[in-house]
Amino acid sequence: MSAVSIQTQDFDPAAELAALEASGGGGVASFTGIVRGEGGLIALELEHYPAMTSLQVERIIEEAKARWPLLGVRVIHRHGRLKPGERIVFVGTASRHRTAALEACAFLIDWLKSEAPFWKKEHFADRATWVEARAEDDARAQGWRT
Amino acid sequence: MASLTLVYFAWVREAIGRDEEVVKRPAPDVTIRAFIEGLAAQGGVYAEAFALPDRLRAALDQRFTPLDSPIGDAGELAIFPPVTGG
Repeated sequence: MSAVSIQTQDFDPAAELAALEASGGGGVASFTGIVRGEGGLIALELEHYPAMTSLQVERIIEEAKARWPLLGVRVIHRHGRLKPGERIVFVGTASRHRTAALEACAFLIDWLKSEAPFWKKEHFADRATWVEARAEDDARAQGWRT
Repeated sequence: MASLTLVYFAWVREAIGRDEEVVKRPAPDVTIRAFIEGLAAQGGVYAEAFALPDRLRAALDQRFTPLDSPIGDAGELAIFPPVTGG
């Protein structure tokens, strides 16, 4: 079982975890990304490439499934305008054992950051700026290639 | 005449002032980089948006593609800054 949602609305991590727990594995791991309100941030705007996004996230999930024996994968990524404290992204994995679930979850969020077509713009009271890609994020994603 | 749909995202979209346009497709062996440099040579908003190709990333038919790859017979070329999702 794997499912991808690219959506503007919020989601319920507890419901997503319950679904993964029902997949028959012995371990479920998850990551939830939240908008940080640092530096007076008013809102975070996420733009994406609608024709490509789901397709690309499915490719990333296929890569994870090729590496770890996963019983369930759930990815939710929001777009649109989000306020500090709001959820942005959810990655959940289920496997027979914890190692596969934990590693696949880390792999998926690292690759979503550097391989999924989303762009963030930070809105402050007096300006709005596009977020620059971080070399550290690229390095983390590259690390899974070796 | 074969056409190529250009789609732009993030600050590239803002600099160009539109999110999509259709142009005549170049010869199949023209690379994305050469095509972008050709657009930049037109001046105006293109010169501004495409001044530094190394700051840009691209996708051909919804698949990330290195700038030095040929455009081939693709129908859609997306040009954008490095992604910042997650």
